[in-house]
Amino acid sequence: MTGGADTIRAMRPAFLWAALAAIFALAAPQMLALFAIINLTTAIALAILALSLALIWGYGGILCFGQVAFFGLGAYAYTIAAVNFGGSTWAILVAVLVASAVAAALGYFMFYGRLSDVYLGVITLTFTLILFSVMRRTSGPDWKIGKSLLGGFNGISSPPLNLPWNPAVKLFPEHVFYVAMAALILCYLFAAWLVNTHFGRVCVAIRENETRAELLGYDTRAYKLGIFTIGAGIAAIGGVLFSQGIGRITPDVFGLYNAALVIIWVIVGGRGTLAGPVIATFALFYLTSWLGGQQVLNNNLVLGIILIVFVLAVPRGIAPTLLGWWRRGTVRPAAARVRRRRNRAEAAE
Amino acid sequence: MDLVVAVALQLAYGIANLALISVGLAIIFGMMRVINLAHGEFLMLGGYTVVVTTNAGVNLWLAVFVLAPLVVGIVGVLVERILIRRLYGRMIDTLLATWGLSLLLIGLVTSIFGASTATTISPPFGTIQIGRFSSSGYELFLIGVTMALALAIWAVLRFTRLGLVARGTMQNAEMASALGVSTSRIYMITFGLGAAVTGLAGGLLAPITGVLPTIGATYIAKAFITVISGGSAILAGTAAGSVLLGGIQGVFTFLTGPTFGEVALLIAAIVLLRLMPRGITGRFFRKSL
Amino acid sequence: MTISRRTFLAGTAGAVLGMPALMGRAQDATIRIASILDLSGGLDIYGAPMDVTTKLAVEDINAAGGLLGRRVELITYDAQSSIQLYTQYATQAAAGDRVAAVHGGITSASREAIRPTLARFQTLYFYNTQYEGGVCDYNNFCTGSTPAQTVAKVVPYVMNKWGKKVYIVAADYNYGQITAQWMQKFVADNGGETLGVEFFPLDVTNFGPTINKIQQAAPNLVISALVGGAHVSFYRQYAAAGLNASIPIASTTFGVGNEHKLISAAEGNGLIAAYSYFEAVDNPVNRDFLARLDAKMGASRPGLNELAVRSYEGVMLWAEAVKLAGTADRNPVVEALRTGLTYNGPSGAVTVDPKTHHCIQNVYLAELKDQTFDILEAYDAQPPADTQLVCDLVANPDQSTFFFENGLAAAGIK
Repeated sequence: MTGGADTIRAMRPAFLWAALAAIFALAAPQMLALFAIINLTTAIALAILALSLALIWGYGGILCFGQVAFFGLGAYAYTIAAVNFGGSTWAILVAVLVASAVAAALGYFMFYGRLSDVYLGVITLTFTLILFSVMRRTSGPDWKIGKSLLGGFNGISSPPLNLPWNPAVKLFPEHVFYVAMAALILCYLFAAWLVNTHFGRVCVAIRENETRAELLGYDTRAYKLGIFTIGAGIAAIGGVLFSQGIGRITPDVFGLYNAALVIIWVIVGGRGTLAGPVIATFALFYLTSWLGGQQVLNNNLVLGIILIVFVLAVPRGIAPTLLGWWRRGTVRPAAARVRRRRNRAEAAE
Repeated sequence: MDLVVAVALQLAYGIANLALISVGLAIIFGMMRVINLAHGEFLMLGGYTVVVTTNAGVNLWLAVFVLAPLVVGIVGVLVERILIRRLYGRMIDTLLATWGLSLLLIGLVTSIFGASTATTISPPFGTIQIGRFSSSGYELFLIGVTMALALAIWAVLRFTRLGLVARGTMQNAEMASALGVSTSRIYMITFGLGAAVTGLAGGLLAPITGVLPTIGATYIAKAFITVISGGSAILAGTAAGSVLLGGIQGVFTFLTGPTFGEVALLIAAIVLLRLMPRGITGRFFRKSL
Repeated sequence: MTISRRTFLAGTAGAVLGMPALMGRAQDATIRIASILDLSGGLDIYGAPMDVTTKLAVEDINAAGGLLGRRVELITYDAQSSIQLYTQYATQAAAGDRVAAVHGGITSASREAIRPTLARFQTLYFYNTQYEGGVCDYNNFCTGSTPAQTVAKVVPYVMNKWGKKVYIVAADYNYGQITAQWMQKFVADNGGETLGVEFFPLDVTNFGPTINKIQQAAPNLVISALVGGAHVSFYRQYAAAGLNASIPIASTTFGVGNEHKLISAAEGNGLIAAYSYFEAVDNPVNRDFLARLDAKMGASRPGLNELAVRSYEGVMLWAEAVKLAGTADRNPVVEALRTGLTYNGPSGAVTVDPKTHHCIQNVYLAELKDQTFDILEAYDAQPPADTQLVCDLVANPDQSTFFFENGLAAAGIK
């Protein structure tokens, strides 16, 4: 049912988005000042985090309230490994592996215990808060892994990325931007591919109706564990880039505020889409930055009002809503035909 | 011997404290399946009501037992009418909206009162002496109030018509609605009552904690975890969750220090939810309130 | 899907992303400085007063005709209690706004986040907060007091007054832990005994178990390095248990978050604190400073503490250095500061120590009475002796190290 050609066809919009992003990646350093590029790197890292949650929540139906845990673990693992190895090449791999392994262990614990919805959210959140508390108290010379001190509340400064297998050549911020954009595009394409594979479709089926998927003979626990682990790996890549954008990793990243923020990006962008949360992350990133530069209104006040209005007025998120308007606005024969056919199919069901 | 008594008293207070900050959230979660992320700010509003009114010369007891629940209860009803009502059955959206509300309330209070507000209240009742140890009389009082509050909630649920209707709505909202109960009104009252109880808790804690616009953040995670660990039964759940988690935190705090006390609480919650995915009252005391 | 919608989105995205770049146009008529502080979120209790005084400093400079005939423009960023935003704004201020200096940072974590960024862009950085000491950075001036200035004075004073047995409570993070180490050192140096040290996560609000432990240990006094809004609960619960009457408290962190107003008079009376500034400091500059702020803000004037006043004095020190250097460029201004520049501010004379880029400053001990600090003792011109143990920017200016990042080993202390 899902041959390679079908998957590729289904991914056509994803390729268009990726091409658009690639053009932006090439154009941005020409258009923008250096500081904007550096700060954009941080935004890209956060967008990858949002993408990972969009994948496991929007497609896998797993409400992970602690996606920042894997993001932060990735950043910490990268930093610690890079300090110990004296180079970043293997450290990136370590970051992805550590985050995925922790996610696999936690996921096994949760999914094979048949936890669902809100309880899953609480466990992942609690796990994040444990990391927050524990990492905050790791200051002092006794807390170290290999050569790298953990740094406690103040965190650790992250070694810059270097050319693969060449620790002597460090990347400049503008190069890190290219790396970050490339990582975002690749992660996005990977996620878009994944949701169109057989595996991805089963995950969506489980999200829609877990019992039905199980009765069809799928081991839903294994599929959930799979997508959860993959999502954590993607989040870890975001974490590595975040440590580059900030130059440092602190326990701050595991805080309740950040944990909730990711969920907001995905809701604002729209569940069930991948590009939506990415775009929403950029939009909210610049909104928060802009808020911090103005002095008229309290930031919390503005952010709070925006969120409430959003939930009430645009409950499905930006991307699905825009898409809805688009479809309604342009009644093209082909689209109408597709819609009619889909309606018939739904009616038949 | 006096050490044992003093430690036991502290343990009891730790548990009562956890129950006090959680019970309002449990009412709203148990009845409505709504997770109110602005719960910490409701506590803060209760505290602020007490601080601001006592600064203006109002009697402390009037502020704590009347004004704090009243103000926060009204806020709760307004929030339910304006916000929550539109989002029933959409748990995640409610989560997001109440998080927005939490930020809004912090921003609002900061804009009105500034980053901190001076206070003049001290905890009443002086101290009690247990051998070599002295302890706060107010803490003992709080343990008593918490138990009285639990008793009152139990009585309301058990003996009043409101309680009956509420329990019916909780078990099967559609059936209750078909039998002529206005679920919309019940939800409004529930949310208002949950908020009022939270306001009372915030007011009660005001004399022995710092009251700041941002203080809610220190409560929300703990309250949230206690309620979920307890399960959906309002009283039994809060009691079981608080006793277990508060007890573990207290013991570990004595043995190893406050940091690992906190971590032990969190780990206990994770293990507990793995063993009992529906919370303690999802497994035991299932018929309880 | 047609092209039009996508080009629209791309166009919008480009416009949004391009905006910050356009905001960074330089205007030569003014000299710009940036302030990055937490003005919302949990740390705003510290940031809000610092913001008020930073703005006042710039107003005062401009009222006196500006600097070098140019007006000074202040760009304020609210880091919203997030480390990520600190780095972002530091990058934007240094490379985008091209400011002459950045003032700000509250926690050591925030300082450590922006220090490398500002060093990389060669933008002068003033950190105006009391902290644990140990920063040794050519580009960074730390104007706040350090433990060798405050802890070293308050410990012997209270031990003489109350007794030799001490119990230490501190916030469980780098600052609290290192400050607790300094406290233990000064207790031992003065022939005292530390009976216990206990650390608390920043969000603990129930201190009951610790209050029992303190009673069990029966010290003569408690020294506190507790930090933040949640920890205010300690002082209230301590008083509620009646301990404030029998075991008094001394602190080097109580007061900068307006804590003395957040607990009642009865709960706070008798507590002794040490800082390089209290509102009660008696000199003409301070009287004038307070009067002007009162006239300007009336009842909404925040309580002023070391952080707030040092933020004012930090900007003023920078202004003095610009005048002396005749330019706002970084290197001449740093050299001007390194001449041992002095500014007479509300806290008294503040002099830059060229060796450490910290300040030689007055230190005051004060006792809390009815929510107000009354000064007990004043110690003039205290050097940053802790940082001087490890740092010599005269001999070796090319440094950017935080020596006490992981404890006091660098200073040869256990």
